[in-house]
Amino acid sequence: MAEEIAIVALAQTPSCRSYPDTEPSLIMGLVNQILAETELDRHEIDFTIAGSSDYLSGSPFSFIANVDGFGAWPPVYESHVEMDGAWALFEAYVRLQCGDIDLALIAGSGKSSPGTPRDIFPLQADPYVHAPLGLDPVSVAGLQARALLDAGKATERDFAEVVSRSRRDALSNPYAQVAKDISVEALLQEPYFASPLRKHDLPPISDGAAVVLIARGKRARELCDKPVWIRGIDHRIESHYLGLRDLKDSPSSSLAARNLGLDAGSLDVAELCVRYSPEEIVLRQALGLSDRTRINPSGGPLCGHPVMATGLIRVVEVARRIRGGEAGCGLAHAASGPALQQNLLCIMEGDA
Amino acid sequence: MAERAAVIGIGQTKYARCIPLSIDGLVREAALRALEDAELTFADIDAIVIGKAPDALEGVMMPELSLADALCAVGKPIHRVHTAGSVGASTAISAVTLVESGMYDTVLTVGYEKQSDGNFMWALSGGRSGGHGAGGSFAPWIRDYIRRSDAPEHIGWKVAVKDRLNGLKNPYAHLHLEDISIEKVKESPMLWDPLHFLESCPSSDGAAAMVVTNAAGTKRAPRPPAWVLAHAKRTEFTVFPGRDPVKPAAGVDCAEALYKKAGITDPRRQIDCAELYVPFSWFEPMWLEGHLICEEGEGWKMTDSGATEIGGDFPVNMSGGVLCSNAIGASGMVRCLEAVNQVRGTAGDYQVDGARVALGHAYGGASNYFAMWIVSSDPNPSFD
Repeated sequence: MAEEIAIVALAQTPSCRSYPDTEPSLIMGLVNQILAETELDRHEIDFTIAGSSDYLSGSPFSFIANVDGFGAWPPVYESHVEMDGAWALFEAYVRLQCGDIDLALIAGSGKSSPGTPRDIFPLQADPYVHAPLGLDPVSVAGLQARALLDAGKATERDFAEVVSRSRRDALSNPYAQVAKDISVEALLQEPYFASPLRKHDLPPISDGAAVVLIARGKRARELCDKPVWIRGIDHRIESHYLGLRDLKDSPSSSLAARNLGLDAGSLDVAELCVRYSPEEIVLRQALGLSDRTRINPSGGPLCGHPVMATGLIRVVEVARRIRGGEAGCGLAHAASGPALQQNLLCIMEGDA
Repeated sequence: MAERAAVIGIGQTKYARCIPLSIDGLVREAALRALEDAELTFADIDAIVIGKAPDALEGVMMPELSLADALCAVGKPIHRVHTAGSVGASTAISAVTLVESGMYDTVLTVGYEKQSDGNFMWALSGGRSGGHGAGGSFAPWIRDYIRRSDAPEHIGWKVAVKDRLNGLKNPYAHLHLEDISIEKVKESPMLWDPLHFLESCPSSDGAAAMVVTNAAGTKRAPRPPAWVLAHAKRTEFTVFPGRDPVKPAAGVDCAEALYKKAGITDPRRQIDCAELYVPFSWFEPMWLEGHLICEEGEGWKMTDSGATEIGGDFPVNMSGGVLCSNAIGASGMVRCLEAVNQVRGTAGDYQVDGARVALGHAYGGASNYFAMWIVSSDPNPSFD
């Protein structure tokens, strides 16, 4: 029998082009906010886990400094994944399923501002075949977009519609970095950046962080009036080799959805990790989302993309809407790797 | 716990200065050996957890992406742990957690490092030039240990010789120093006073892997399982006034939590042997004290008396330990794996007779990350 686990508190920083202070300070502000809200003392947290990347800050072992953001005295039971914070949430959720501890604090944080993401991310490619080609995620997203166009699965107008809607929705998101009321026609007038993608089909370069607190059933109800229940988390990966993949599809997302028994028709909201506008078209189809589901009401990663927090922010956005009564059931999606190589789904629901 | 977890397969590559394999080949070799030991194939694996130290050591960012194919992870969950030097043990613990949660039946865990692909001293210095390396960070604390415990200087040499002699019995060990002696250690160049060259770990390539499963999985296992009785992790701030880096509170807390969970009240007597993370000789006595295996000031006496040799009453690093092989991301996992090796009775020439309960340990960062586990041949051993 699975343990009932809920998100009981959440916090995020605004996405910004360059946060002037350190990554630990990004985390610390959010942790303090959550502790204040829940009236918990730091040492009441049973388990802490973070997701971040050394490479973004250009300093090996940079995650060690992030511990300063959590507070680690007296010593804490803690871990770290070199992945988006959404995967830290996965491990925390698994840990609470063991049934012997109640409370876990999860962070995702990243500062892309010290470097040039387009120079750094090619290092995600295997070092023997792809990396020497300098294949960066923008170029891979371009290949994905081209595959969609060639197959007649999307038009450039479809990409622009994703961007127009996202940017408009972001106007009501105080955490968004990019927000604008701009028409599809105006977007289509823009020049190509990595054909067939235009600059606005790409996410901004962002700094930011998110923190969530999860608790087991009884403790969750003690800590908040409106726990947001996690109904399941699953993540799956695809081949690294582009030639072995169908970039027009996201079979690992479909597989995760099947494993979770996702009923797409029940979703009021979905926050998808759409880093490049064509990814929304791929994901909509792979997850079987209908018009009933509101997609990326926050504007999504196209309006703020603090790498290593972006996925966890999707969870925060959905949980906030469920907590606020805007949605009953929602889906958060996180992605890692070029062209949606790895995908995580988290289904959440409020009290009936 | 929803489920009990046990290790049913272990695999390692040979550790060496430079292994002429791709990173994919390296992790796959260890994984296949672990699967072979468990008489399973990749198809039997429900999830994968990989661990390694900084990506900058090889220059491959988030390597779970590019290793998905080599580890047959396609269509499966794979995630990557990074907790500095303790990462190998943290990764193994994460895999155990996946099984204990009841969400996954059989999990493959892999730790590796291919240090010949990068500049290890640069990476350990936080990516800045002019770094003094790990030994330079630890040497002052070792000095402080010597001052506080009144230990004679030959203790470090003795650990260096003992672990290298043990390493001669382990075919996977990187260093096979046939002619090791106290004289040789003492006369080797001084790197970071009081640490001589031969009191330091090598820089290795290598990978280690384990297959972890639940009670039902152990019933199908061809060889004896090693039950994970307990695991613990603790972290403290890197620097703060009043911190004791010689006997860090996180290490003490971690050991206390571990022993409590395992039902151990007298670790020296109730644990048969230990694989401790000893990258520099003096950490053997320091961790014996730091993890409450003996009283403060008694660690070096255990070493000096021969208690930590194979055949002593508390053997430490029977495999040769980190002083013989240090592929950083693998090293903590190897400590956990070698503890398994002992309680399964499969450690060959470095087997401790009748080992039933063993400790695997790793630490990292500025001695502020700890991860430990206790395994046993008996799922419910009684301690009296």
